Amino acid sequence: MSQVFETAEAALESPSYTEALHELLFRLADDDFLLAYRGSEWLGLAPHIEEDVAFSSISQDTMGHAAMYYELLEELRAGRADDLAHLRPASERKNSCLVELANGTGTYLENPHYDWAFAVVRHFFYDLYKMELCKVLQKTSYTPLQQVARKVASEQVFHLMHWRVWFRPLMKVDGEAKTRMTAALQRFWSYSDELVSYGSQEVELVTHGLLPAQEEFKRSVLAVWESELTAVPQVSLEEVQKVTLDGRRGQHTEDLESALCTLRSVYETDPQTVW
Amino acid sequence: MGTLDEQIWETLSHVADPEMKEVSVVDLGMIEKVDVQGSRVVVCALPTFMGCPALEIIERDITKAISSLTGVDAVSVKFLRDPAWTTNRITDKGREALKRMGIAPPPVFEEEAGMWQVNCPYCESPFTTMENLFGPTACRSILYCKACRNPFEAMKPVSTL
Repeated sequence: MSQVFETAEAALESPSYTEALHELLFRLADDDFLLAYRGSEWLGLAPHIEEDVAFSSISQDTMGHAAMYYELLEELRAGRADDLAHLRPASERKNSCLVELANGTGTYLENPHYDWAFAVVRHFFYDLYKMELCKVLQKTSYTPLQQVARKVASEQVFHLMHWRVWFRPLMKVDGEAKTRMTAALQRFWSYSDELVSYGSQEVELVTHGLLPAQEEFKRSVLAVWESELTAVPQVSLEEVQKVTLDGRRGQHTEDLESALCTLRSVYETDPQTVW
Repeated sequence: MGTLDEQIWETLSHVADPEMKEVSVVDLGMIEKVDVQGSRVVVCALPTFMGCPALEIIERDITKAISSLTGVDAVSVKFLRDPAWTTNRITDKGREALKRMGIAPPPVFEEEAGMWQVNCPYCESPFTTMENLFGPTACRSILYCKACRNPFEAMKPVSTL
């Protein structure tokens, strides 16, 4: 059993532990921050008004989760939470490339031609992964993170119910839905390893008791994804080429830079303002 | 007049949730404890939903209300991560207050079935349908009563099981 750290002060006494914990928290925070932003870009553009209500609520929850992780980082002397969220350049971001991808072509203000199939697949499969992550984080070696994960999990229940209601029917009909859902699933699948992988920090994350063994975690996530996929007509994913980009190492697509540019435009007008 | 501690709890019982004016933060189960050290007061509160934008307003309203008490020099509100807020913390008085606003109190969440039964806050009928799991605030859903044909809201059941 690795040591359990109950407070930020205790964690800070071990530099190697703090470094690994920062790494993990940046991944969690940046993932939720970027996906919440992509979700919020659907406001007013979702298929119907009820979905606008639901999706904006989900994005608000998700942004709240990101804020909690940035606050944990602030307590661990990584910097001010607001600065960490807004000012870090793309090369320092630890989110998976999956969550930064644009919703479609065009921008929110000009000719947004967004892909609802990809939105459903990305959010549903990301949330399934996130729920598994919340489960293992409730046993992590950093007590404040256990507490946050338990709270996040209680909110994720509703997100999963919501996305499942979209995913299943869209997968069960023919025509355009089938074509687009298949394409969306294959696109998601090309990023699935990148999302789940611990990357270069595997040893540190595991030896400090922050996460379980990589293979064990990957198996549990795959099992959850597969159980959702077996509930609907089969889509071939074996041939999907995995991306070589690795967001956890700071490698990102152009889409991240444009997202950050929009995200920080207001903040940069006056960084000293209390929002 | 009771002790300062009693006065603080009494005052808090009149601080309303800004998005549900009939219910106090005490009846919502948001206040975990109050620490009084001389004239300094620390109110330990639990966030309902993490991204809830009302939290800052609640913090401000609590500070303002407690600051007005005689014998209080400094007030701060601390949001705790532990224990986690759940809907089981809402008091009976809070549940009644929710109903008066047309919001059904949170039902007991049946994890196994993945569903729950919500009775209409107006006519108590169990013949209701979920229109939208998400509603005007993070903690509420939108439902419809097939018996009295009223749309209504319900608080989402939140548990950490």
